[in-house]
Amino acid sequence: MARELTDHTAHELAVLLTDGTVSAREVTDAHLERIATFDGVDTSSGVWHRDDNTGSNDTAIHAFLHVLADAARDTADEIDAKRARGETLPAFAGVPVAIKDVLTWPGSPTTCGSRMLANWNPPYQATVVTRLIDAGLIPLGTTNMDEFAMGSSTENSAFGPTRNPFDVACVPGGSSGGSAAAVAARFAPFSVGTDTGGSIRQPAAFTGIVGTKPTYGTVSRYGLVAFASSLDQAGPFARTVADTAALHDIMRGHDPRDSTSITQAAPAFPAATTDLSGVTIGVISELVTDGFSPDVLARFNDTCQALSSRGATLIDVSLPHAPYGLAAYYLIAPSEASSNLARFDGVRYGLRVDADTAEEMNAHTRSEGFGTEVKRRIMIGTHALSSGYYDAYYLQASKVRTLIARDFSNAFTHVDALLSPTTPSTAFRFGEKTADPIAMYLSDVATVPASLAGIPAMSLPIGIGDDGMPVGVQIMAPLLRDDVLYRVAYAIEQTPLIPTGPRAVAEVNA
Amino acid sequence: MSLPEEDVRHVARLARLFVTDDEVALFAPQLNAILGYAEQVAEVAADDVEPMVHPFAPADVARDDIPSPSLSRDAILAGAPAVEQMRFAVPRIVAEEG
Amino acid sequence: MTDTAFLPDGWELVVGLEVHVELDTATKMWCGCATTFGDEPNTNVCPVCTGQPGSLPVVNKRAVHDAILLGLAINGHIAERCQFHRKNYFYPDLAKNYQISQYDTPLVSDGFLDVEVEIDGAIVIRRVGIERLHMEEDTGKSLHVGESGRIHGAERSLIDYNRCGIPLLEIVSHPEIHDPVTAQAYLRELQAIVIATGVSPARMDHGQMRCDANVSVRRFGDPLGTRTEIKNLNSVRSLGRAVRYEALRQVDEITGGNRIRLETRHWDESRSVTETLRVKESVTDYRYFPDPDLVAVTAPTERVETIRATMPELPAATRQRFADAGLNREQAIGVIALTAIDVYDDAVKHGADATRVAQWLVGDIAGVLTQESLTLAEAGLTGQHLSDLIAMIADGQLSHTMAKTVLGHLVDSRGQATPQAIAKKHNLVQLQDTDALRDIARQVVDENQETVQAIRGGNTKAIGALVGAVMAKTKGQADPRATNQLLNELINASA
Repeated sequence: MARELTDHTAHELAVLLTDGTVSAREVTDAHLERIATFDGVDTSSGVWHRDDNTGSNDTAIHAFLHVLADAARDTADEIDAKRARGETLPAFAGVPVAIKDVLTWPGSPTTCGSRMLANWNPPYQATVVTRLIDAGLIPLGTTNMDEFAMGSSTENSAFGPTRNPFDVACVPGGSSGGSAAAVAARFAPFSVGTDTGGSIRQPAAFTGIVGTKPTYGTVSRYGLVAFASSLDQAGPFARTVADTAALHDIMRGHDPRDSTSITQAAPAFPAATTDLSGVTIGVISELVTDGFSPDVLARFNDTCQALSSRGATLIDVSLPHAPYGLAAYYLIAPSEASSNLARFDGVRYGLRVDADTAEEMNAHTRSEGFGTEVKRRIMIGTHALSSGYYDAYYLQASKVRTLIARDFSNAFTHVDALLSPTTPSTAFRFGEKTADPIAMYLSDVATVPASLAGIPAMSLPIGIGDDGMPVGVQIMAPLLRDDVLYRVAYAIEQTPLIPTGPRAVAEVNA
Repeated sequence: MSLPEEDVRHVARLARLFVTDDEVALFAPQLNAILGYAEQVAEVAADDVEPMVHPFAPADVARDDIPSPSLSRDAILAGAPAVEQMRFAVPRIVAEEG
Repeated sequence: MTDTAFLPDGWELVVGLEVHVELDTATKMWCGCATTFGDEPNTNVCPVCTGQPGSLPVVNKRAVHDAILLGLAINGHIAERCQFHRKNYFYPDLAKNYQISQYDTPLVSDGFLDVEVEIDGAIVIRRVGIERLHMEEDTGKSLHVGESGRIHGAERSLIDYNRCGIPLLEIVSHPEIHDPVTAQAYLRELQAIVIATGVSPARMDHGQMRCDANVSVRRFGDPLGTRTEIKNLNSVRSLGRAVRYEALRQVDEITGGNRIRLETRHWDESRSVTETLRVKESVTDYRYFPDPDLVAVTAPTERVETIRATMPELPAATRQRFADAGLNREQAIGVIALTAIDVYDDAVKHGADATRVAQWLVGDIAGVLTQESLTLAEAGLTGQHLSDLIAMIADGQLSHTMAKTVLGHLVDSRGQATPQAIAKKHNLVQLQDTDALRDIARQVVDENQETVQAIRGGNTKAIGALVGAVMAKTKGQADPRATNQLLNELINASA
């Protein structure tokens, strides 16, 4: 069977575009066509929306909230025209990309998966979006997410969930479930997500693709609608390690508009290699326990063996405070969120529910605009910061955070990278965890420690679990050493022992 | 530490959320469960540990005091739910100021 | 005996002041929007200062510098490292529904001011401790629409975010002021220091400097009483009057068997009363926590010392210098209050007599400025103008009355014309002992022989009538001294 344009990686597309085999318009049309076929969108206008006629039998993926079809075609035509004029274009010019609906992008509503911002057209552009556009990428549209990035399944989106391309009865993970599903379903070769406690890594694992949470401070947060400012970081998804690295490289860089943006240059990303001689990798004992399902642990052990066979030295490493990570995270992140989301009050933008007084208007707007999970977290955070509780909750959690970061830096004096399964289990079914917030939160148990420490971490596929769903491994590296992630990841990706990559979504949807 | 329904209402007020009785009944046990889980942090001996505000951030990031273009008033007001006299309009304010 | 004598015997007043100063930076605290006063609503706004989702603050370097400079000027300790905190509360004029402020580690702590207070005719120095100076941001402005025009009774409010995010310093004194005069002296001294350091024009009528007073009373030796917070103190004078009123009100309440409520009160200048604005049912829970969007501000010793080295002369030193130059205390304070130090120095440099310069500044010039609601800078008056004016009087070119007229025109021209040009244009030239004046004097002598006889008869005071007649004929241009001398000569010569 001939490979479709949508089967190609970004690197392959870049070659075809550069040598003139295909035009950016053809590449864009191919991806739009696939979205129109499989994503369940209403294509009757130039901006496609999620098709409202969905029911329980719906098997569409619903990765996108808005597909800016006309705008994408126009951008593609512009790039083709520039190329025809002989202009020098960036390496990936003409390659489509999908963007999580949490980055401001004038021209498209930025909804954050919330009713609160259902009709909000941001008056300014996120730095990351500018970087994508400057790199000649073609933004296809904005992808679905858990409301304000709070969730692990996209079930908290105000606009309905996204389905997992591997099995539409399963969640794609979250909160960046739409961006992950878009790449897994080959609606785009790569996409942008954001990760606060695992929101890139967990959906990458659930949908069988690669996703990286960069070192905190290396990708600008300007224009990223904040969930938890000290943890939020935008990062790339792709189906291959090399594509992930390429998008990551486009996104990163200092931004004077973000005070937490780091000025130091990070090492360049390595070329693909399979040789890990001299590399020491630590396996985090606390994150390889019986809380993880046996098939996940089995694939993980296969991966460790594969790494050894590539010349890496594997040792067990203890992060004694890692088991407290989730508890600390579920105090710190909601605390910051309670303050970050205070601005949604019906005064300056977004939803307003009318009332007699400003105070009632605020309260009713917030009650109707926010979903249940967002309200829960706002209340947890408000409580954790309130008088009499601050020391026991927010402050204590921030101290535990220091100890977790210290555990990591101690570990990195012995090892170059750390390893754990990305999630305790494979993708779960819709509704399986919605009634029990803590059960849902536990899917982040392995990803949260790296978030708290700010270190770079990545998930990549390492095969299929007993249920036929993808399993992911998490690689972690020291601050600013995102390059190490890719070095280790290339070796895993190119190990034939491990079946990688998602099954084609077309068969799933046939 | 548990959070009785009365405290749920107090927290909702602080967070300026309107909550119905049903929501209070739903949230109270959930918030208690989450806080109960989160209270594990108390098990860690951390008295002498500095709290961490930023995972990795430089100090003294500042910009020069040089004006940059503002957004047009139309652009800023375009997103507003209610505008009057080129200002953001809100119903009468009754609560106290900070 | 102190100024607390206005309270009944045995009662003590306790006042602490919270002063907010808007810094005179070109841009806001966290974004590059202009800080211009009085622009069209919502024109100096951007994603950051209107709290658009996803926007982020970046500290204004100048604001930190200015805060350190003022911190040093109030004898404060500069924190080596501090962090911004978020103060969370909902209010429509607060774009993010939190104010970025400082909490457990303010930039400046433990300062003080030595203020001069006049008690029973004697000048005493009182030291007022300053707990902290911290950096924060201003809020937007609300326009209350409806019949009353005030917040109570308004139908709706309209918000302008031009002011939102302008750098603000909050300076909190210890509650150790015990009389209204010291409170006023503290505020005046702080204002003078703010102006001297150049960090803000500190105009209370423009809201660049705002003062809230925490007032309580107690019987001597008792623990602190419940305080009320008084807002809307728009001048030093209001502060004194409001504190006095509020202290007496509290004593009345307590002696009448009532309790003082913890509340915010509004000073009504026209009715000269404080009245309840809102009752604080409980202490507001602001849920302060470190702002994760902002990184630490550090002030290493070298940086602090570099800033200290640029410290301009502070008011206490200026007053001493003025005293050494022969100015009395009122003049010294007056020149400083008029922000006229530069003009004074300039005029003296151009050769004018120091006390004469001061007299003009605190006298006629202050009068004109008040009348026209202008500052010295707005009026365009320079030291050169002033020294010229004084020289023209000394030379006999202008009478004092003429000089005042010249001053009026000078202010009208906003300092664009010179005193010489104005005098010439308006024919303001004093007639000296010239032939013309002699002719007029002779004419007056001839026409008033009765008076002349009276003078010759010993009624020397009657010469005034003749001087007046000469002045009338010369439309006030005659030099009175020269006229007097001429008339005497003429009367005695023809005797």
